[in-house]
This record gives sequence, C-alpha cells and structure tokens, in this order.
Amino acid sequence: MKRLINWQPNKPLGIFLGLLPFALLLVIYLVSSDLRLEANPNDKLLPSFAQISDGFSRMAFEPSRRTGDYVFWQDTASSLTRLALGVAIAATIGLMIGLLAGSLPLFSSWLSPLLTVVSLIPPLAILPILFIVFGLGELSKVMLIAIGITPFIARDILRRTQEVPSEQLVKAQTLGANTSQILIRVLLPQIMPKLIDAVRLSLGAGWLFLIAAEAVAATDGLGYRIFLVRRYMAMDVILPYVAWITLLAFLIDLSLRQMSQLLFPWHDLNSKQGGKS
Amino acid sequence: MKRFLALLFTLSLTSFSHASDSFKVCWSIYVGWMPWAYGAEQGIVDKWADKYDIDIEVVQINDYIESINQYTAGEFDACTMTNMDALTIPAAGGVDSTALIVGDFSNGNDGVVLKDGDSLKDLKGQQVNLVELSVSHYLLARGLDSVGLSEKDLTVVNTSDADMVAAYSTDDVTAVATWNPLLSEIESMPNSTKVFDSSKIPGEIIDLLVINTETLKANPKLGKALTGAWYEIMSKMSGSDSAATKAKTYMAEASGTDLAGYEAQLASTEMFYTPKAALELTNSADLVKTMKNVAEFSFTHGLLGEGAPDAGYIGIETPAGTFGNSSNVQLRFDPTYMQMAADGSL
Repeated sequence: MKRLINWQPNKPLGIFLGLLPFALLLVIYLVSSDLRLEANPNDKLLPSFAQISDGFSRMAFEPSRRTGDYVFWQDTASSLTRLALGVAIAATIGLMIGLLAGSLPLFSSWLSPLLTVVSLIPPLAILPILFIVFGLGELSKVMLIAIGITPFIARDILRRTQEVPSEQLVKAQTLGANTSQILIRVLLPQIMPKLIDAVRLSLGAGWLFLIAAEAVAATDGLGYRIFLVRRYMAMDVILPYVAWITLLAFLIDLSLRQMSQLLFPWHDLNSKQGGKS
Repeated sequence: MKRFLALLFTLSLTSFSHASDSFKVCWSIYVGWMPWAYGAEQGIVDKWADKYDIDIEVVQINDYIESINQYTAGEFDACTMTNMDALTIPAAGGVDSTALIVGDFSNGNDGVVLKDGDSLKDLKGQQVNLVELSVSHYLLARGLDSVGLSEKDLTVVNTSDADMVAAYSTDDVTAVATWNPLLSEIESMPNSTKVFDSSKIPGEIIDLLVINTETLKANPKLGKALTGAWYEIMSKMSGSDSAATKAKTYMAEASGTDLAGYEAQLASTEMFYTPKAALELTNSADLVKTMKNVAEFSFTHGLLGEGAPDAGYIGIETPAGTFGNSSNVQLRFDPTYMQMAADGSL
C-alpha cells in the first residue's frame, strides 16, 4: 500500500481541494447570514449577498447624496495614490541606503546600527509625533507608509547586496571598473529584482499603515470609509471594501511579479535554472 | 449538514449560550457612565441582582462604538449609549431597544472650538476635525443651523477621538468639535475659543442605558435590578458626605482623572440624580422634538439604512407620543422602571 507521505493528489483533485476551504467558508457565511436575517430582517452583522451587492452598487455607481462623487472610485483613487507614493519613496530610499551600506564599508559602519535601531521603532507608536512634524494632511499619510516600510526594504537590500559574491567585485576591479561603475553595472542589475521582491513583501505592511493613517484623520480613502461606516455597523459596505482591498493587493502583487519577469529576466533564469549552467 | 452548521453558528454568533437568568451589561468610559464602574466594584449591582435572584455581569469596553456594536450583535443584553447612537446603530439594525434609564444629558460636555475666530460664522470655508457621524457631528450641524450655515459651507475631516488632542496641536487643524475630557484639554490651549457647546441645545444629547426590548419584556426583574442599582449609586454620589466624595474619587480614578477633573466634567453634565428628574425629561414633549431632530440629522447622513425613505422610517416611542412610523417602532423610551424607582416600589 502507498504510504500517505507519498500520496500526491492529481491535478483536478488538487484544484478541488484548493477551492474547498473557500466554498466551505462561503456556505458557513450564507447559512449564518440566513439564520440571522430570518430572526431579524434588519440585522446588519451578516448581510445577505443581495444586500452586499446593493451596498456596493450604491457606493460605486450612484453619486453621493452629500458631495455628488462616486464614493467608491474616489476612495480607491485616493488610497492607491497614497500607497503608491509611500511605497515609491520607501523603495527609492531603501534602495539607496541598502545599496550604499551593503557595498561601501564606510557607509555601513554608521548606517547599519542606525538602521537596525530605526527599524525597531513601531511607526504607529510615533503617529502623534508624525502629525506634529508633517501635519494632518496627505503628507503625513504618505510619510507613515514610507517611514513604516523603508527600514525593512533598506535592511533587506543591504543583506542582498552583501550576498553578491565578492569574486564578482574583485573581477570587475581587475577589469578596471571604478566604484560607481561597480555599483551601477554589477550590483544594481542584481539588486533591482530583489528590490521588487522586498516591495512585494512590504506591501502588506504598507496597506496596514495606509489604513491606520486614514483611520486617524481623512476625508476619503478605503480605510476612511471602513472606519466611518463602522460607526453604524454597515457591514454591507465594509465587506465589499475588504474584498476590494484584497483584490487590489493581489493584483498589485501579480503585476509586480510580472514586471520583475519582464524587466529582469536574468533573475528568474537564475532561480529557475540555478545549478544547470 | 446545513442543520449542523446552523447549530454551530447560532451558538457562536448569538448569546443563546448563557442561561436565561444571567445577563451581561456593557459600559464605556464617560463621565455619565462611570457610576456603573463604581456600582460593579462596590457590589451594588450584585446586591440588586441577588434581590431579584438573577446574575448581572457588568463589563467595561474600551472602545465606545465597539461596545454598541457588540450589544447590537447580541453579545450584551444592555449597554450605555447616547440617544443618537441608540437610534442609528441598534434601532437601525433592527434590534428593538428600550431606553431603560435616562442618566443625564450633555450640558456643555460637547463643544466646537476654533483657533482663530470667535463665532460659529468664522467656520465658513474652514476644515473642522471631528468624529464623523457622532454626536459631535450632530452638535456641529445644530450649531451651523443656528447661524444660517450648513455643512456645505465647510469641510468635515473625520478624526479619531484618540488622536484629537494631538491633531489640534498641529497647524493644519483650525477647528474641532469634540467631547470631554478632550474638549477641556483643547479649550485650555492658547488661542482657543469655544464657539458653541451642548448647553445651547440642552437635553438633546442624552446618555442612556439601553436594553434589548425583548429581553426586558421576558425579564422584568432585570429592568428592576438595574434601575434599583442605578438610583442607589446616584443617591450615594449626589450626597455631600465623605461617602459621596469617596464614590466620586473612585469614578474619577477609573476614568483616568482626579476628583477635581471629574467634578469639572460633572459640572457640564446634567446628571439626573433622582428618578423624578429623569422622568421629567422622559415624559416631556421636548423629547419627541429632540428625537425628531436626531432622526432628521441621521436620515440626511444616511444613518438609518438605505431602506429608509424618510426620517420617520424608524418609529421612536416616547411617553408623550411616537415620532415616525408607529408600525416600525425600534426605539422606546420607557418610564415604567424609573417610575417604580420614584415610587420606591423596587
């Protein structure tokens, strides 16, 4: 008899097993929602799918009674702008610090300890300080995201830079390369795909900081809306927003992965065919 | 399968799991609700529960809105909240609720503060930071009404109450609407003028103990025990002897301030120390007018649910009459138990 440890599900079964937990969660939701609505048709905790789609279409396709905006798209645009700006700033600074500190001992001797300490500060704990320094407007929201994930990206890039075999650096020098040529021609092409990986990993934290910032003070945004309608328990709005955030996060991650494959084909080649060359 | 799941999730999502004669009450930190902390700690609630042979568990919830949501979801049988939140959260959510005890109304505890400017009219074109859709928002709308402005004339920025004081100290913020103890903290900062407060709309922001109507109907003992305990605490803290000071000191410390700070907050709160005073407000025709204002504000801000065609969609029953749809009454002001307390028949 085949041992359990050697038992591989075939493809259709694999897909079925993968979908099963989702289907199960859906059924659990539908049954409990049904039950609660049966007991109280106005219940807001677990709205039916019809109520959720009503809530969604109200936010997305009807102009708001107060401002005339299409709230859902307005929120999405504001949040994505903040997230993109914050992540872009963090990636740029993180790349520069990481690359310089990883390659130049003169930099790393004073930057590394600072980076380690700074990365240990929980950004949400210094939120009140961020307000006073950056105000309450857009800047502070972008800065919270940037401050929150820059240390992570910088430390990751620093480690990846140090992982580049020193033989390569020596070889480049024997071929006459100067420091900036080594940085730009040898290290940067190998680090860029790693930067995309680091950004992908830090996006989860980026969303967290975005939503925290919008919960503190805002007039629009996905996090703002969730915290606002939480005041009257409008789950028919909260649930589609959460699903939308999840979808956006998935799409951003997917496009970053595709971008990495497109722009830096050598990176994937290495990881896929490593050892074959 | 469906049946099994149904059973499992009924158990996890509703409060059927506890016995019918034990009840849970929640409260959150606010000057008018601190007596519950004292009553629970000093065993006054237990004493009254024992008298009626029931169990009452009093639970403090640190997040005010979360406490109301928990009550609405059925985790608690009763909870402290304002009249506006009682209408927009449980009542709009189809949880038929009764205001068992009318505890106090805000008489200056909620206010609008400006940095540069000395009247509400100066708000025109400014940003106002406040907790959107809260009583602060309601207060601002009522204030703007009184000077012929509307919300369109300014920008409302939703700001978490926890960050209000820090937010006010930044240059971006020029005006806030908030409540005590944050209000007094902000008022005391330089260049700050309070241009409007709840003492100008007395009796409109009311603090209640709200109880699930069905639970109350099935268990009048719970109503009696809670009301009895409340007025025993009230009579204790309203005295001028050392016991009153001791009680108030306890409440002050439990809310994170000292006796002087707590007394200052009490000064801008119209506490109903006697059931008679509470009954006066509950029975008055003014209550209907107040609830009409609140319902209209809630309707124009979309708080009554999308099914609501007008402000009267949810019926509000008071002793002096019903506002709105009398076939969809979800919020009731019931003077029965406070009357029993006044008559000394508890």
